[in-house]
Amino acid sequence: MPGIRATRNSGITVWTIRWHSTWGNQLPLPLVRNSILAVITALIAVFFSGCTPPPTRTSYGDREQILFRGNGAEPQDVDPQIVTGVPEDHIIVALFEGLVSEDPRDLHPVPGVAESWEVSGDAKTYTFHLRKNAKWSDGDPITAADFIRSYQRMLMPTLAAEYAYMLYVVINAEGFNKGQIKDFSRVGFKALDDFTLEVRLNGPTPYFLSLLTHYSWYPVPISVIERCGPVDQRGNRWTRPENFVGNGPFVLAKWRVNDLLSVRKSPTYWDAARVKLQEIRFYPIESLDTEERTFRAGQLHVTYEAPLARVDSYKRNQPDLLRVDPYLGTYIYRLNVTKPPLNDRRVRRALALAMDRAAIATRIRRAGEAPAYCFTPPNCAAYTSRAKLPYDVEQARRLLAEAGYPDGRGFPRLTIMFNTLESHRAIAEAVQQMWKRDLNIDVELENHEWMVYIDNQRTLNYQVGRYGWIGDYVDPNSFLNMFLSGGGNNQTGWTNKEYDRLLAEAGQTGDQEKRYELFQEAEAILLEEAPLIPIYHYTHPYLLRPSVQGWYPTLLDHHPYKYVYLQPTKENLTRSQTPTLAMP
Amino acid sequence: MLRFIARRVLETIPVLLTIATVTFFMMRLAPGGPFDKEKATTPEIKAAVESYYGLNKPLLEQYLKVLGGYLKGDLGPDYKYPNRTVAELIAGSFPVSLELGCWSLAIALVLGVTAGLIAAIRKNSLFDYSAMSLAMAGICLPTFVLGPLLALGFAIHVHWFNASGWDFARDRVLPALTLGLFYSAYIARLTRGGMLEILNQDFIRTASAKGASTARVLFKHALRGGIAPVVSFLGPAAAGIITGSFVVETIFNIPGLGRFFITSAFNRDYTLVLGTVLFYAVLIVAFNLLVDIAQVCLNPKLKFE
Repeated sequence: MPGIRATRNSGITVWTIRWHSTWGNQLPLPLVRNSILAVITALIAVFFSGCTPPPTRTSYGDREQILFRGNGAEPQDVDPQIVTGVPEDHIIVALFEGLVSEDPRDLHPVPGVAESWEVSGDAKTYTFHLRKNAKWSDGDPITAADFIRSYQRMLMPTLAAEYAYMLYVVINAEGFNKGQIKDFSRVGFKALDDFTLEVRLNGPTPYFLSLLTHYSWYPVPISVIERCGPVDQRGNRWTRPENFVGNGPFVLAKWRVNDLLSVRKSPTYWDAARVKLQEIRFYPIESLDTEERTFRAGQLHVTYEAPLARVDSYKRNQPDLLRVDPYLGTYIYRLNVTKPPLNDRRVRRALALAMDRAAIATRIRRAGEAPAYCFTPPNCAAYTSRAKLPYDVEQARRLLAEAGYPDGRGFPRLTIMFNTLESHRAIAEAVQQMWKRDLNIDVELENHEWMVYIDNQRTLNYQVGRYGWIGDYVDPNSFLNMFLSGGGNNQTGWTNKEYDRLLAEAGQTGDQEKRYELFQEAEAILLEEAPLIPIYHYTHPYLLRPSVQGWYPTLLDHHPYKYVYLQPTKENLTRSQTPTLAMP
Repeated sequence: MLRFIARRVLETIPVLLTIATVTFFMMRLAPGGPFDKEKATTPEIKAAVESYYGLNKPLLEQYLKVLGGYLKGDLGPDYKYPNRTVAELIAGSFPVSLELGCWSLAIALVLGVTAGLIAAIRKNSLFDYSAMSLAMAGICLPTFVLGPLLALGFAIHVHWFNASGWDFARDRVLPALTLGLFYSAYIARLTRGGMLEILNQDFIRTASAKGASTARVLFKHALRGGIAPVVSFLGPAAAGIITGSFVVETIFNIPGLGRFFITSAFNRDYTLVLGTVLFYAVLIVAFNLLVDIAQVCLNPKLKFE
């Protein structure tokens, strides 16, 4: 132990010098150099801090068109056929483009790789005409065959893509993915020529074009993937920056795990003239509080999400930095209908009617959420449920009495289960009090670690369980399909033949008006039977610098980057350097 | 001494095997799995992913396969990040944790030993009382309070440092301080206690009587024994400071191993859990061995046996 042996020398000077030098010898050299650098930089920073504040990272980004985005978690991968999460989505839309892409304001489908398309009279066949100037980032043109080979990979049972079911609207796609059909040519994709792609669907699917904007439908460069390893195996390294090829407005530039992923503008993108951003840097910051501090220090243009506790303070002090966008999702309590007392429809309805959801939305959440009286968020692709599950204590008491529990007498103990999070607990406590006050029943709260909670819901090992459902695309069936009998996300044990029939019929009709009428009937059954209690419709609160332009509120939190640019303003520069927020 | 080290290394093998076994089976007994998501995919697809990684095989067979992999130096693929291997993730993030740990340890030792020494020499003086109260406050103040406070003060109110990240040399300052100050408080108290005990011993009085200077008495005679409690604390502390920086890594968004250690368990990322646990186990065993060697070097009464 050199550091300690040094203590044998006498005299304080010798000791200290030896002490330092011996520690230095133990450390790798760059560390030592860094330490000296750190001290010097710190000193310089201290010295100059009194004069002018140093320029922030975002003000540099504003000048150079570099967007700094907080992005939640480390992306699993950027292979669109492997990943499942939202942070991955934020990156993949920069790197790839599907047949159609989204309008930046309302997300309606606009031409992407396909410059035009035709729909057959029965609405079951789509013919896409690909643009001839669409290229991969290695310069190769994108052909119809590229799309077909991509979809083949997506559906290969051996790849086990978790989002493969997004393609099940196509004829025989489900059968091929489940291994029942071996011949991919029987799946409803066909290249009519190099630049014409035909897709045949199981039924008329009015939301099909919206579905195409989901990343599971993006093309992947099969020849590049083949070079890096077997196409249908996971762990392929084609998504490393040195191997990467994409077809989006940006290409992968840097990827340091848990630190940074950056993409830079692609020169081969067909619409490159429109792309103003030169670079986007994604920071995987898992803690919302850390992210908020990073934003305040001027290091981020946009955050993944604002911490709920800070929303009020931003509303009061810096409303121009806070954005609260509507978000296509509903926070619900699932009710396990397989066990008493919740196997009684009247009890379930009573619980739902006795929940003051306006109070929960305005006093507990406070980020502009709307109380939910139906499951599908209002105005979802112009659909709003007519049936409602209102706050009606009188009717709730009557139903509970009818079910044999007048004034809550004899009602067994009920347990609300949620995953460990402060805001879930706050809502559960409020519900506990409401049900005690209005129905006189006793409720226990039970919080579980994330996976235990997921497992308990899946195995129906709960009575009342909180859940949040976010739509995959803007169509009511993205919500209503959740409660199909035996559906993977139903997880309440609730089955209803009429409900299944209505949704199946809706899936076979191309008439949008008739289709929505069928949805109305189905949702009325759902709310009448109440295997769930809708609590509030989500919003997405986040922080955004005023210099970010072309960033519109959209239902799915999608912001196509090719329309985004940065415009430095004097006002926001000074503000970002002298934050006025009080310490929490 | 070589025989001592060899024996200790051999003793490590059953320890590691036990840790591996317990971790493997505890992880598998925990509810949920790496491919359980809040939004469930179809049962067929989930089964396909699980069979891809061999998770549908009997548990014992999987266990033997994992052990076999470890013997060959293959830590397996990662489930959460499918295009990376566990070895790659550990190799990429450990140097960051190590660097953070070294800075923190340096801060802890320099501040802690100095404060402890002066407090011991000027016993019951104003310096002693204020340093020891500060140390007590430092021990009580958890890193998740100190870290955000430092970031608020030095990154947001005055722009001296970044609030998060690990890009520049100056990004090391706040995290290293956060982690180091906490340990320096401990070390200061330990040093003071150790020194006070030694300074009351007969041989110190003898040395002074023989006319040795104060500095000589302190550093030549007293420090060697007085620092012993710090050295025995350093073993677990060094392992903890290098590995247990999860909180600091999260507060400052540092791409270190501590984050994987915690999040892999939440994700049921079986291979990464086992990899990080075993890696930490090896580290802790190694540090304890180093401390034992240091103890013998410092204290002539002890022998390698």
